[in-house]
Amino acid sequence: MAGASAVFIMDMKGKVIISRNYRGEVPMNITERFQQHVIDAEDAVIKPVFCEDGISFAWIQYNNLYLLAVTQRNSNATLIVAFLYRLAEVLRDYFNELEEESIKDNFVITYELLDEMMDNGYPQTTEVKILREYIKTQSHQLSVDQMRPPTAVTNAVSWRSEGIKHKKNEIFLDVVERLNLLVSANGSVLRSEILGALKMKSYLSGMPELKLGLNDKLLFEATGRPVAKGKSVEMEDIKFHQCVRLARFENDRTISFIPPDGEFELMSYRLNTHVKPLIWVEAVVDPGHSRSRIEYMIKAKSQFKSRSVANNVEIHIPVPSDVDSPSFKTSIGTVRYIPDQDCIVWSVKQFQGQKDYIMTANFGLPSVGAENRDAYMKAPMSVKFEIPYFTVSGVTVRYLKIIEKSGYQALPWVRYITQNGDYQLRMV
Amino acid sequence: MEFPLLTPAPTRETWPASGEEAAGLPAVQGKQNDGKFFQTTKRGEIQELKEELHAHDKQKQKDAVKKVIANMTVGKDVSALFADVVNCIQTDNIELKKLVYLYVMNYAKAQPELAILAINTFRKDATDQNPLIRSLAVRTMGCIRLDQVTEYLLEPLRRCCQDQDPYVRKTSAICIPKVYDINPELVEDQGFVEILKDLLGDGNPMVVANAVAGLAEISQTCGKDLLDLDKGNIHKLLAALNECNEWGQVFILDAIATYEPSGPNDSESITERVTARLSHANPAVVIAAIKVILRCMEHIENSEVLRLLAKKLNPPLVTLLSSESEVQYVALRNIRLIVQKRPGILASDVKMFFCKYNDPIYVKLEKVDIMCMLVSDKNFDQVLLELKEYASGVDVEFVRKSVRSIGRVAVKLERACERAINVLLELIETKVNYVVQEACVVVKDIFRKYPSRYEQVLSALCESMEVLDEPEAKASMIWILGEYAGRIDNADELLESFLDTFHDEPLMVQVQLLTAIVKLFLQKPSSTQDMVSKVLKCATEESTNHDLRDRGYVYWRLLSTNPEATKRVVLGDKPSIRDDSQSLDKNLLDKLSSELSLMSSVYHRYPEEFVTRLTLATTTSVDDKAAQDEDYDEEDRQARRREVQEELERGPDSSRNGTSAGGGGLDLLDLGGVGDDSPGTRNAPAQAVQKVAVLPPTQPGQHGNQGFAVSAAFIRQRGTPTLLMTFSNSSPATLNGFAIQVNKNPFGFAPKEQLACPDINPGSSAEVSVAMAPGQLPSNTPPTNPLLLQVAIKTSLDIFYFHVQFDLAAVLLENTALSREEFTPIWQRVGEAGQKVHAISVDRPLDPESVKSRLALDNVHYVAQRQVDDGSVLLYTSAQTLNNCSVLSEVTVSPGSNSIKVATRTETQVLVPLYEAMLSKRFASG
Repeated sequence: MAGASAVFIMDMKGKVIISRNYRGEVPMNITERFQQHVIDAEDAVIKPVFCEDGISFAWIQYNNLYLLAVTQRNSNATLIVAFLYRLAEVLRDYFNELEEESIKDNFVITYELLDEMMDNGYPQTTEVKILREYIKTQSHQLSVDQMRPPTAVTNAVSWRSEGIKHKKNEIFLDVVERLNLLVSANGSVLRSEILGALKMKSYLSGMPELKLGLNDKLLFEATGRPVAKGKSVEMEDIKFHQCVRLARFENDRTISFIPPDGEFELMSYRLNTHVKPLIWVEAVVDPGHSRSRIEYMIKAKSQFKSRSVANNVEIHIPVPSDVDSPSFKTSIGTVRYIPDQDCIVWSVKQFQGQKDYIMTANFGLPSVGAENRDAYMKAPMSVKFEIPYFTVSGVTVRYLKIIEKSGYQALPWVRYITQNGDYQLRMV
Repeated sequence: MEFPLLTPAPTRETWPASGEEAAGLPAVQGKQNDGKFFQTTKRGEIQELKEELHAHDKQKQKDAVKKVIANMTVGKDVSALFADVVNCIQTDNIELKKLVYLYVMNYAKAQPELAILAINTFRKDATDQNPLIRSLAVRTMGCIRLDQVTEYLLEPLRRCCQDQDPYVRKTSAICIPKVYDINPELVEDQGFVEILKDLLGDGNPMVVANAVAGLAEISQTCGKDLLDLDKGNIHKLLAALNECNEWGQVFILDAIATYEPSGPNDSESITERVTARLSHANPAVVIAAIKVILRCMEHIENSEVLRLLAKKLNPPLVTLLSSESEVQYVALRNIRLIVQKRPGILASDVKMFFCKYNDPIYVKLEKVDIMCMLVSDKNFDQVLLELKEYASGVDVEFVRKSVRSIGRVAVKLERACERAINVLLELIETKVNYVVQEACVVVKDIFRKYPSRYEQVLSALCESMEVLDEPEAKASMIWILGEYAGRIDNADELLESFLDTFHDEPLMVQVQLLTAIVKLFLQKPSSTQDMVSKVLKCATEESTNHDLRDRGYVYWRLLSTNPEATKRVVLGDKPSIRDDSQSLDKNLLDKLSSELSLMSSVYHRYPEEFVTRLTLATTTSVDDKAAQDEDYDEEDRQARRREVQEELERGPDSSRNGTSAGGGGLDLLDLGGVGDDSPGTRNAPAQAVQKVAVLPPTQPGQHGNQGFAVSAAFIRQRGTPTLLMTFSNSSPATLNGFAIQVNKNPFGFAPKEQLACPDINPGSSAEVSVAMAPGQLPSNTPPTNPLLLQVAIKTSLDIFYFHVQFDLAAVLLENTALSREEFTPIWQRVGEAGQKVHAISVDRPLDPESVKSRLALDNVHYVAQRQVDDGSVLLYTSAQTLNNCSVLSEVTVSPGSNSIKVATRTETQVLVPLYEAMLSKRFASG
């Protein structure tokens, strides 16, 4: 196992914007090879990790940038890819936006971060909050004497510095669930999966000890607590931020941790339960007799409680690439035709539960049909939405205990939201 | 205390702004506007910078250094300013210091003398009172890869390893492998390996993690296990696991994965400590933990424990499929290994591998393969339905893969076959060109597996025959026509339609056509007499291909001597096929499952095959006395000549004995297109260097003793022709006293070094490699086809003779690409008249880039390319043998074509068949 020999950040043409050679094993002009292989090649042959002449390339794309790492050894591929993602995240946090201009405008800091986050090809400190304590922009530049490596860098608690102070101690908790769903044309749910995340914003002073209680079925079972049916949730897999004591969780399913300061994702979980589509869409396409017109009748139905409302609903429906003169009729919301995506988008700002609406769309078709006209039917319809105050899995936060030795009172705020993930309904 | 929470919580529309005062930190580091440093005036740029670097104004000086670095960043050479930049190194501005260090790091190689100038500052900084500066100095010095600097680094590095600040110690720990890379002897002599081992016991988790990474790296480089994990110290590492940051956890888990647990108890106690890591948010930690657990499972026999562990591994594996696509790709490649190794873990989760519409193609292709691995009697309905959905999609590559996968499911599960055939029928009816072609190939496989069933497909296939234009599809269709000639009324007409264009067809199709018409003749002799004589004439008299001619003659003789026997041979039962395209060789699988997450587990290849970086393996010194003993005496030499003479008389057949063993006689006759190409051979993953048995244990040596076997391969390794051999001892005595000699040969190869081989105990074997030097023992004869190296191995048992076949690639040189100017005269001199054209069929259409890279593997260098009107790309290549003969070729790559045309021109004609054979092999191996 060994790390990366060098890391590059490139533009979409493969021109290097900035790079750092960690091990000197791979010649730095290797990016020309990368260019040939990724940028000039067809989609089908491109892989995110590949080897050529003994040199391994691992890369990701972020906005309009390529982040590439190369190595000549049998390095850990996951480690390298995960590091590239982390690098992108840290740079974005530092510069607000990660793009060619922001790197050029901050190349000195970028070099400093590259130097600090990886040494000899091995990832080191990648916690942005800790990095910010000793890698600062000009305006906050300290003199050499004031600058010390934060003890957190090498501490067991490597994500939080001591001595943090907030006037008001509070903590915000968002439970965000994304629903991945695939429905066949005949209406049966082929796949449904809930990906949940607990996102926190912590503004707590000192070194607070937190304990989080969820309606976790396994926890209830472990403690022998009787629960009403349907009140607990069995999560299939849980992933934690590194601040959570994993051994403790493994032992008695207690989620205990010292949080980083500010914004972070505490945990994510996955449930593989059968969910009926929260928003159900049905499309009837009438290609007409003369093949000169095509007509759509779209029916959308909300299948959640009538008290809830889905916000910013967008239903994307694929249409043939050569349609013209669109006309729409709808009882709610607005409809747009987006030619470069070959689809129409039906937007409804607020979609109440237990309602259904109908939209009809009419298009003209040229008499000489485009080749492969029916290909549009292969793309599925997709739906975007957000339902606040609601988790589709039923996960709820039971308590969040905050203990700090100074004994302050802190306020936890909790919010729930369910969004679409990969939410698709096949047309044929 | 417990806070009752309101649900829903108090409404708030937005988060509080990033909480700057709260954190006491600048939340947003706005524009630095360093971009201005990239704008420099063209005129006298370097001179201008030089002046600014010497400015008294500190700010101006700093800006000048920034400008220099900006120039460096955009790739301009500013190494000329080395002395001036180093001049700024004495500063108490840490930002400036970092920039100067960065500069020194980048240009030290270009200005080694001047780099020494900076050394004193580095040494001074390494004792600075600020730990940040001390670390910076050590870190940077380690990155200056100059031997001169290394000497000066050792003393400060040693001191910093004992530094009171853990930040300095962790930087020093990771610096030791850097120095090892530059000068391993020095590091070992100076006891730094011991220092690094001591750091394993450091109180700080990050220091421990970096020490683990450092030791693991040095172990890998020197080939010795320095971590030396045992039952005692493994628990120290496990304890550190809970303390260090996520990356450190990966270093430690990767190290633990190399530990061989001492038994079930040891294994269980490790898994208990590691399973908690499966809940880590970082996928690298998760996969590393999975790897450790899988390894421990090898040593656990209790089936209940195994079942529980398998159950724990399932959720994290499935969750990896929700990570970023790039991580997913690595995970999927690893899951393929896991499914083969422990099929139980994911057996009931085939649904999780169904493709999402938005998955990148590389993820989809992997998922489909895994679906085929997980398909079972319980889920084949769902899987086939899903594959059918994909097969009616728009992405050609993915559609093809899906159709093939339907075939794989059918070949794998008899119960799924009926359903698969129905799906294929529906797909054939779509008449989409590439779908029908793939379906054709797949149906052929199904017929091979289940003869005389599902004949309802025949008519559908015959109806869509006109769309077939890919060689493999055509060949498959022709095979089907021949096989079912008795049941297809107009089989003779259909086959005859191909016969008119016989000479335009690729070899694969020609061979099948020949066989099919012979089959047809045997079933309907009355009406097809003319056809069969025509095709035999085409194959034997008009074709230039040896294989085709040979096969033609075989049929001709069979038919003319004993038609009944011919029937038994040609129409006999064929060996059944199996789908093993997914299964890796057991040794490789074991190796790779202990290397999950590493590059080798992504490529499914042994690391030795792609890690070109030389390991500094300690060369075992050969005992001089033994070497003298190993001189051959005159008797030996005569014996060898006799042996060689016999070999030559036995003819080329004997040389094949080793390779073709296992192929049944029946199969040989149906070989070429169908008999032997179960899907397995098409997609077989790249294997390790394939050694071939060259000396069976039953073959006696010069004095009649037997019990020594050799398999060997002669290849080019890192630019040196190398003879790789595996010696096996099946005699009752320990073998020693090894020596090697080779016979004179066209390229004059002779061993560069003595044969270093340890004693081999009865029943065991040893791997040896011998580098060969050309031009030492020239035979002054033209090269044979195939190329052979005749070798004699002396052992304490006897002297053994054998020969090793090798490819032309072994004698082609690296980095000898001709320029266009050099290329053209030779190309024209040889001219059209001296050109040989050869078609190579490939399993799927290739793009020019991948052809180029495959050619490069054999040291066939790219010279130029041009595109012609029909979209084909002509690649011009050159290759040079180590006795300076050039072989030029024009390689035509046509889009969508399953064959590649190679036109070869060389002044050394004898190399042409060798060159063609080498390329055919390269493209056949995929």
